[in-house]
Amino acid sequence: MSRLLYLLPLILFLGAAGYFAAPILQGKDPSTLPSAMINKPAPARDLPALIASKPGIDPASLAGDVRLVNFFASWCGPCRVEHPLLMEIAESNAVPLYGINYKDAPGAAVNWLAQLGDPFQRIGRDGDGRAAIEWGVYGVPETYVVDKAGRIQYRHVGPLSREDYQEVILPIVERLREANG
Amino acid sequence: MKRLLTILTLLLMLTPVATPLAVEPEEILSDPGLEARARALSKNIRCLVCQNQSIDDSNASLARDLRVIVRERLVAGETDEAILDYLVSRYGEFVLLKPRVTAATYALWYGPWVVLAFGALGAALFLSRRRNVERAAPLDDAEAARVADLLREADADQGQHRDPEARS
Repeated sequence: MSRLLYLLPLILFLGAAGYFAAPILQGKDPSTLPSAMINKPAPARDLPALIASKPGIDPASLAGDVRLVNFFASWCGPCRVEHPLLMEIAESNAVPLYGINYKDAPGAAVNWLAQLGDPFQRIGRDGDGRAAIEWGVYGVPETYVVDKAGRIQYRHVGPLSREDYQEVILPIVERLREANG
Repeated sequence: MKRLLTILTLLLMLTPVATPLAVEPEEILSDPGLEARARALSKNIRCLVCQNQSIDDSNASLARDLRVIVRERLVAGETDEAILDYLVSRYGEFVLLKPRVTAATYALWYGPWVVLAFGALGAALFLSRRRNVERAAPLDDAEAARVADLLREADADQGQHRDPEARS
């Protein structure tokens, strides 16, 4: 019995080491934070249109279908990296994309979209970054999956890769589409 | 001279260095009481961009936005608790540099005391056992006589061994 007691510190150490090693071995980035907004309604805030020919985003426009909401800015490098994928998603018609233009000069954002293409069905302007804080955004780009009831169901931090989109986002979108309500 | 220099250098190292303020002049509230509350709150709110800095220390633009929000809400008359609740509802408990005492953080807050209690218990057990050993039953007469015999024999043995050495 007392022999086993001497092994206790070793067992405790191995337990703690395993607990801390698991996320590292799974390749999780510890600086990526879980969203506190999961299952909560997307913040109710009217975002004015960026482009005159395209509507802005209000709470009603977020209900009724499963959508991706992408926070982007023309000054954001990683946004440029993920942009071709957003264009592909838009062309595939797999899921509607809404854009929220974060802390950007309207002219710069319009030029950026004119140059690279505009994948969004609606674009809201968040000039002072307040809407982003309501959503819990801490850096652009971030992409949210919003369900039919207008609730946030998933957040992706950083540029979206094809792998992220096909293996994580799309299955969530499909699951939410099948769910009632 | 060298010692004097060393002392002077050490003293210099002790003088507080004013760290540049991240809080910008136009953010500062005119009411010093509210501003003091804002500073105190900001020191406990994590900058989500830098993650190991408070928004009071950070120059990130998100930190600035959060400082401004804290001040706006203070001016609107909200309590400190309500402001922290708002930030936690958006960014999760991680936004607080000092975690709250909740079921999820009991281990964090009380774990060290539990470890300390176990240590104290172990130390108490160890000490009480040692005391029991010291309080071993005293020798009875027969045992005492035998010990005296043995000691006498040992003394005699030593005496024999010592003699040849003395001669050499």
